[in-house]
Amino acid sequence: MTEELQTDPGEVRQIYDPVAETPTSYLREPEGVHPPLDYPPYKSTSLRHPKQPLVYLPQTITEITGPRLGSPEVGETDNDLTVQHGGEPLGERIIVSGRVFDTEGKPLRGTLVEIWQANSAGRYKHRWDRWPAPLDPNFSGAGRCVTDDEGRYQFTTIKPGPYPWGNHYNAWRPAHIHFSLLGRAFTQRLVTQMYFPGDPFFPYDPIFNSVRDATARERMISSFSIHGTVPNWAQAFEWDIYLRGPGATPFEEAH
Amino acid sequence: MIFDTTPSQTVGPYFAIGLPYELGPFAVPEGTPGAIHISGTIYDGAGEPIPDFLLETWQADPEGKFADMHGYGGPSELPDFRGFARYGVEDGDGTYDILTVKPGPVPDLAGTAQAPHIDVSVFARGMLHRCVTRIYFADEAEANAADPALARVPLERRATLLAEPRAGGYRFDIRFQGPGETVFFAV
Repeated sequence: MTEELQTDPGEVRQIYDPVAETPTSYLREPEGVHPPLDYPPYKSTSLRHPKQPLVYLPQTITEITGPRLGSPEVGETDNDLTVQHGGEPLGERIIVSGRVFDTEGKPLRGTLVEIWQANSAGRYKHRWDRWPAPLDPNFSGAGRCVTDDEGRYQFTTIKPGPYPWGNHYNAWRPAHIHFSLLGRAFTQRLVTQMYFPGDPFFPYDPIFNSVRDATARERMISSFSIHGTVPNWAQAFEWDIYLRGPGATPFEEAH
Repeated sequence: MIFDTTPSQTVGPYFAIGLPYELGPFAVPEGTPGAIHISGTIYDGAGEPIPDFLLETWQADPEGKFADMHGYGGPSELPDFRGFARYGVEDGDGTYDILTVKPGPVPDLAGTAQAPHIDVSVFARGMLHRCVTRIYFADEAEANAADPALARVPLERRATLLAEPRAGGYRFDIRFQGPGETVFFAV
């Protein structure tokens, strides 16, 4: 029972209201979509991954429901990281926008999107970040918003800089923005990072390359948009995010 | 057309800039009748407490109802029940503490009653994807024995999923490796 990931889901039948908008189960993601928990090139994984195989958990109502955090927690200007202080932060002003979909291409409306990032010099406003790049008194680096009826989110921020870290000799993280998505269900919860096109550090970054499939890695890279770019104001980058959608259980597929 | 999901990446060392919030650790408001603390320590593979982690929980109320039922019946009637807690710490002593109520039994999708449980996600630097586990309760022996998810867990490892009663609530530790490694689930 402990030798390998159990893929036998047992029997599952639908007993809930078929017109309900929530699926009775979510897609099981094939191996390789997400990075492995044990990935030696990223050294911190070594003591922070389970050694025993994961146990297959049949999805129940606990997994197909989830919290809806929203309006009370999110302020009007929480999606503009350039207006959180008395002055303008330094760096390239950018607009980052996109849509949140499930894997069937249905937009997820009303879902919380939270971001955090380094400033334009690649420094986080965090006491553990001590490398000698300047802090920006006008930039905290956190934002949040709730997707609209089309699943759209938008942030105005500053393009983050790359920064060094201690994983290996001359290790630098490609510029990135951290994203956290609640989705609509516990199964859809995702924390990831958005990267910028053409970053020279891509080939050397074990975190980016922990996603072993090259086309899957591409899904973490935003694209520059001249159409979204606002004249005399801000460059635009677009990035769509796909969360798990409805998926038949393997039992149902067998029919 | 079926699209592929966006891959997971680590929450990294600096998530405290963006994710923890004041009410995060409160799945129920303070003063809720029957409120309990669930707390514990998270240990890494060397047996050391993990100083930086983000833990999230999702659960039903004592009636087995969630704050949002997504159409599967009426939602929780417990006033201001959130059922969701987020505890984030950047340089702590490895411990977490959330305020909640003990969940009641909820059915699984085949209609079988599940023992009271809380879904848990752990995120941290060094975790490229979240680790999911479930909190069950050691004082629910009968319900636990009939629980369809626990039934999938090797008998000798089930105790790692049991929160132990203590004054004011329960203790639930999480161990990533070694003796007593917590059972983690693929959802």
